Amino acid sequence: MPADTAVPAGAAARPAAPQSPLAEFWSSFTENRGAVFGMVILVLIALTAVFADLIAPYSPIEQFRDFTKLPPVWDDGGNWRFPLGTDALGRDTLSRLIHGARISLFIGLSVMVVSVVIGVCLGLVAAFAGGTVDSVIMRVMDLIIAVPSLVLCILVVAVLGPSLPNTIWAVTIVYLPRYVRLVRASALSEIGKDYVTAARVVGAGRLRLMFVTVLPNCIAPLIVQAALGVSDAILEAAALGFLGLGAQPPTPEWGSMLADSREFIRSDPWIVTLPGLAILITVVSINLMGDGLRDALDPKLKRS
Amino acid sequence: MIKYFLRRLALTLPTFVALMFVTFVMIRLVPGDPVEVRTGERGIAPERLAQLRHEMGLDQPIWKQFVDYVVGLLHGDFGTSLVTSEKVLTEFSVLFPATIELSLCAMLFAVLIGVPAGVIAAVKRGGPFDHGVMGASVIGFSMPIFWWGLLLIMLVSERWGLTPVSGRLDPIKFYFDSVTGFMLIDSILSGQEGAFLDAVQHLILPTIVLGTIPLAVIARITRSSMLEVLSEDYVRTARAKGLSPFRVIGLHALRNAMIPVVTSIGLQIGTLLAGAVLTETIFSWPGVGKWLIESIARRDYPALQGGIMLISSIVIMVNLLVDVMYGAINPRLRHAR
Repeated sequence: MPADTAVPAGAAARPAAPQSPLAEFWSSFTENRGAVFGMVILVLIALTAVFADLIAPYSPIEQFRDFTKLPPVWDDGGNWRFPLGTDALGRDTLSRLIHGARISLFIGLSVMVVSVVIGVCLGLVAAFAGGTVDSVIMRVMDLIIAVPSLVLCILVVAVLGPSLPNTIWAVTIVYLPRYVRLVRASALSEIGKDYVTAARVVGAGRLRLMFVTVLPNCIAPLIVQAALGVSDAILEAAALGFLGLGAQPPTPEWGSMLADSREFIRSDPWIVTLPGLAILITVVSINLMGDGLRDALDPKLKRS
Repeated sequence: MIKYFLRRLALTLPTFVALMFVTFVMIRLVPGDPVEVRTGERGIAPERLAQLRHEMGLDQPIWKQFVDYVVGLLHGDFGTSLVTSEKVLTEFSVLFPATIELSLCAMLFAVLIGVPAGVIAAVKRGGPFDHGVMGASVIGFSMPIFWWGLLLIMLVSERWGLTPVSGRLDPIKFYFDSVTGFMLIDSILSGQEGAFLDAVQHLILPTIVLGTIPLAVIARITRSSMLEVLSEDYVRTARAKGLSPFRVIGLHALRNAMIPVVTSIGLQIGTLLAGAVLTETIFSWPGVGKWLIESIARRDYPALQGGIMLISSIVIMVNLLVDVMYGAINPRLRHAR
């Protein structure tokens, strides 16, 4: 998570604290047990994703034709060779879930990074330029918000064609307005302050004012939004995968695994249950951590 | 007040124009020729092709096509489906009541459970009920609802046999003409015994699935807004006057605590419609969400274009209405930027 790099900047906006900013952040973050729990789970999932090739017993696309639709080991007829069972084509569910973690986290992080970068630039430009530029940018964002998120994703995918990179683009476009609005609003509230005027008088250029003077003071809410944005992006991408508009087979994406297994809900409930559970656990852990970040970084937003 | 309304309305105009432009450009960017979709892949005589292109206005210069499209929209013409050759608006208005019925039920479900849960959690802050509500709301908020739907079908419909798996009504037992498009009302009007109960049974699971995320959001917002209000001076005064806790919470606090909750309901219209796409697909609910997905599968781009135009317009108008209602309730907002 980008938290470590940005914490000093977020904390610098507050009056000098006796603790170092990082220590202060950490102590208020760890106060929230849910957030720590979420972080631990998330780290485990991230490690699984990074070392997927080492951990997974099989290749996610290898088909064992003699072992199709095996239940997990704790169910009747389970086989220790395939601890979580196999799907209709005889692929090992555990291996597919492990590799799916890589894909889902990759989607979530890419969407977050791309939309934060573009969102920060557009938001700062809107705030600093004002006038027509501001209006045009904000009206485009209004337009994106007006279309229900999934419908807009579907529209973008319909134009670009279904694939993993296009899923990322579609979800990025949908989530862009939040970042633009957030950055613009916090930049506008900073622009009038004395330190910005001082920097301007000293002769700081526009780019310096935007990215060096103002941006660090807008960063705390941005981190919170970005963390929650990762979980939303994972959900949205899984929904697209479920509708057959996301990653294409045989990619072991959790949403498309669910779509493949839909016809088996009567006969083999496990094939349907496990990928969804993986999505749920990942998203819950990110949201728990995001809540902790919010409480620690942004006292104004603190939910009592 | 009227001035405020007009100003807000004027602000949405550029959004509408941009929406028209985007939906127009989109249909031209989509791979595949609309004429080909209609004629199939075997191909037809070039003269017939030219004739079809002419009929669909595709031989006109691009700016003329756009003008025609906008003029059509302003006359309420949202295009014609390539597959059924029906007007998009006609198809949409047949299906839309099903989506509204589902969305309203989901919202009602979310409010009826979410508000009391949030209030009790706030009053019993820090207790087991509070922890339970907060935990459940994180899970609900994070729920992949397409999976949630499948899970419920698996348990409730398949294993326990309590509810039907799909659709709005049992087509074998009941048949009647649609009067209002709302199955709950139509089934009563039909006078057929058991029809209403059947309609309700069909609604239960889709309502829960679509209502889950709003429920989590509403419970959370109610709780935090209630906590804030409970620490206000006027609540303390009401308590000091010796009013019963029920009056203090139910009358004095709840009324003010509901303001953010009502806002969040207004803001969730878009989320609800997006969720409806998934919910309708899972439960074969014949609404606009399922229809949109099918339009993609059938490469029926005019239907997709018109459908998106219609849905987005509705969302814009609802948001405008919510905004204006706020202006009416809270005069401070009228003069804000």
